[in-house]
Amino acid sequence: MTKSELIEAVASKVNNFSRKDIEIIVETLFNSMTESLSKGDKVEIRGFGSFKIKARDGRQGRNPKSGENIFIESKRVPFFKAGKEIRERINKIS
Amino acid sequence: MTKADIVELVFEKVGFSKKDVAAVIEEIFESIKTTLEKGEKVKISGFGNFNIRQKRARRGRNPQTGTEITIDERRVMTFKASQLLKKSINSQPSA
Repeated sequence: MTKSELIEAVASKVNNFSRKDIEIIVETLFNSMTESLSKGDKVEIRGFGSFKIKARDGRQGRNPKSGENIFIESKRVPFFKAGKEIRERINKIS
Repeated sequence: MTKADIVELVFEKVGFSKKDVAAVIEEIFESIKTTLEKGEKVKISGFGNFNIRQKRARRGRNPQTGTEITIDERRVMTFKASQLLKKSINSQPSA
């Protein structure tokens, strides 16, 4: 399922919203989540999961192609943990 | 940030009623969950991909008691952040 298929699916389920309205809400939703994470905040969607940012220290690495030593700068990486409801739902016998 | 905060933010930006926005957001996550349940992945361009992975059964140990247990085969949900999201997360100095 792609973003546009998601928009279609939601549009077919809710009344009094145009496809365009749904598109705006979907875009705004993921943009808000991105913004919040960029600020270092955690995003928690009950039943779905939570997104967190973890800091990674810089480290000495190596270019696997050339074997050259390089320094990998410290960075922040996103983490996702699935919520209880979805964990259970994907394990129901289908 | 919780779902309620997201509803608030989206509501401020789009101007539909808060109740309607909440219902649409609920439906967005519900659609994603239903799709994943079917074993299909969900790709949100600019944000990331949600995937289902099949894990085999394996022997494990209760870390508290040390007892050997069998961990059943199961499906897990994974998230892979898009390049855009990773970039955005690193574009601001840490709080």
